[in-house]
Amino acid sequence: MQTLKVFRSLVLDSLDVSTKGSFRYLLWMAFLTIVMLVGMYCYSIQLEEGLVVTGMTDRVSWGLYISNFTFLVGVAAAAVMLVMPTYVLHDIDFKQAVLIGEGLAVAALIMCLAFVVADMGGPSVLWHMIPGIGVFNFPNSMLTWDVIVLNGYLFINITIPLYILFKHYQGKDANPKVYVPGAILSVFWAVGIHLVTAFLYQGLQARPFWNNALLGPRFLASAFAAGPALIILVLAVIRKFTEFKIEDKTIKKIATIVTVAAQINLIMLISELFKEFYFPTHHSESAFYLFFGLEGKTALLPWIWTAITLNIVATVLLTIGKFRNNFGMLYICCFMLFVAIWIEKGFGLIVPGFIPGPYGKIAEYTPTGIEIGVTLGIWALGAFVFTILAKTAIGIETGKLRFKKNRLEE
Amino acid sequence: MNTEKKWFKLDLGAKSNTGATCGCGKSSGGCNSHSYQNLPSTMETEAKDGFDQVFDVKMDRRTAFRKLTASLMIGAGAVSSSCSLTTSDDSKEKAQIDWEEQFKGNYKLMSDEEKKATVDRLVRSYQLRKGKNIKMSSQNASEDVLFGYAFNISKCQGYMDCVNACVQENNQDRNSQMQYIRIHEIEEGKGFQFNEADDNYYHEVPAEGHFYMGTQCFHCDNPPCVEVCPVQATWREEDGLVVIDYDWCVGCRYCMAACPYDGRRFNWSTPEVPENEVNKNQHYLGNRMRKKGVMEKCTFCVQRSRSGRDPACVEACPTGARIFGNLLDPNSTIRWVLENKKVFRLKEDLGTEPKFWYFMD
Repeated sequence: MQTLKVFRSLVLDSLDVSTKGSFRYLLWMAFLTIVMLVGMYCYSIQLEEGLVVTGMTDRVSWGLYISNFTFLVGVAAAAVMLVMPTYVLHDIDFKQAVLIGEGLAVAALIMCLAFVVADMGGPSVLWHMIPGIGVFNFPNSMLTWDVIVLNGYLFINITIPLYILFKHYQGKDANPKVYVPGAILSVFWAVGIHLVTAFLYQGLQARPFWNNALLGPRFLASAFAAGPALIILVLAVIRKFTEFKIEDKTIKKIATIVTVAAQINLIMLISELFKEFYFPTHHSESAFYLFFGLEGKTALLPWIWTAITLNIVATVLLTIGKFRNNFGMLYICCFMLFVAIWIEKGFGLIVPGFIPGPYGKIAEYTPTGIEIGVTLGIWALGAFVFTILAKTAIGIETGKLRFKKNRLEE
Repeated sequence: MNTEKKWFKLDLGAKSNTGATCGCGKSSGGCNSHSYQNLPSTMETEAKDGFDQVFDVKMDRRTAFRKLTASLMIGAGAVSSSCSLTTSDDSKEKAQIDWEEQFKGNYKLMSDEEKKATVDRLVRSYQLRKGKNIKMSSQNASEDVLFGYAFNISKCQGYMDCVNACVQENNQDRNSQMQYIRIHEIEEGKGFQFNEADDNYYHEVPAEGHFYMGTQCFHCDNPPCVEVCPVQATWREEDGLVVIDYDWCVGCRYCMAACPYDGRRFNWSTPEVPENEVNKNQHYLGNRMRKKGVMEKCTFCVQRSRSGRDPACVEACPTGARIFGNLLDPNSTIRWVLENKKVFRLKEDLGTEPKFWYFMD
């Protein structure tokens, strides 16, 4: 009973704190709300007309939605890079960052699920996928594995921070015996979600571009670069606009993680390029399309070369300690890396899988305005969720939000 | 069939016991050899594992939905009858049908009675909406039938009569000009250069120096599309047809990505067929009207082939390039072709075991 009362008070306080703030904060939330509304409007058109309003066709049947989904699974998985040192290795530096990281994971997972739902042809019959009520093709379909791991990861990433914040909210210390097992589980789980998502594509013998043993490991490497890069950027913003103290040491440590992951990612990229282009086979055609275009169809060229350039420049700069320790430079590098991996692991991975088609047909894909509207709306949803979570967490961690016993009687 | 697989298949024991209940390798029905009445119910639950195999659970789900449906219908009915005097019996019945259709189970797991019930509902629904009668079958696969198809590359001249017949027979969306069959026009002298082929030509055929090759769903014996479907909305029937329950499909298009033969099509918008062109001789798994956001594909015209006729493409072909028949019948034409011609299949290295062979005279 007492717990419920505290929980109710926490929810109320959280609502209170997330609806009040500086003018700039309100402006930010209003902006996100507008983008979300536009996205919802676009989605309503899609519901009415069908997926025909997107740029997807029978030739390229997955597009922007699945691309963003794939990328965001990586962002969600990256929270683990902060969780492990903090909870398991007792590295105190990460303590402040980890709650933010987990909040980011929750937001990313919500975006993932939203992107998958947006991509469905029949969202009204999605209950067919719920185990027990529908028919769950487990373990044969990798998509069912993905449903399990994503929802499981979402559960873990909601419960651990909730427990810790709930204790801190009452001015108590969280019991490590309760949350450390969860944290250890989440470490493995994070690797799992990304590997399973990679297997979703990797297992398709019909698409040689994806049917590649390096896909899974490369997913992990790029995720551990892009995710923490985003966390650094978010921490930079939080440092600037709130009283939440994040030490330089913390950001520098995360920067090291980003650097190592980006380096590994680059090595794997080279390995992939070597395999595709040293002795090109019939199976290299998708890679040819992606990097050089096929038969005059070159829609992805500007994107992928931007991504490669940003990736290389950012990795090289990050490798040089002098630049990495310069925060302005670090933020720029993180941004470049984030964008590069979003392109490379988003539509740079999904779209070429379908081009050329099974019989060599080259039909290009261009997202429509409505598709982009829905995509932006979902990103805004993620940012919105994250802002609320972060604001509550920061309020509790800085001691501003505390449970008052007589609050309800006031 | 499944027990003789030579390829490795990840099977964590969920379906290991199903062979005991039926020779077809699946326990879900669809082949006529399932007779649940003859089996003691205890054996049924013991022999099976995994949700979809457990007959009882499915019944629970259905009864649960029935109860839910009933209570909601009573509530909704009470509201509508008390608030509105104009609601006709027809629209009430329509609402009832729509509701039951929304929450029905997967066709693959249905008993014959349930299959009949959903078919009756769909026929009635069409009658209520369009005022026309359709014939819809839920005929199961016959025993000792395995359908196969052969395509004579020497004979095909690219007339595309098969494509037109297919569209008319199977009620495909006319707006998007969906076609199950693609005829590839390939230049002679270079072999099978599919990437240089044209599957969308608009000129007089046969074009000089070209040959033609048709592709469609190959009804693989080891279909990747069936493996990847998260909800088992697509499966291989006992007579070898790979079919889709359009009402169970969630529209994720994973099967489309998994198909190496470009055999699957998606309804990007609500399919439209002019009323006078609708083929009213339908099968639940075949050419009945689809809705937007679901997959569809060639079913070897299940509505025709299961009643002993050739698929529309075979019948329409003016050159006799298309041969269809029962692979288990030693006297069938298809068996003669397989035994006497040098046949080959596309992308055999992928291990999909298509039941669609090519040959030349």
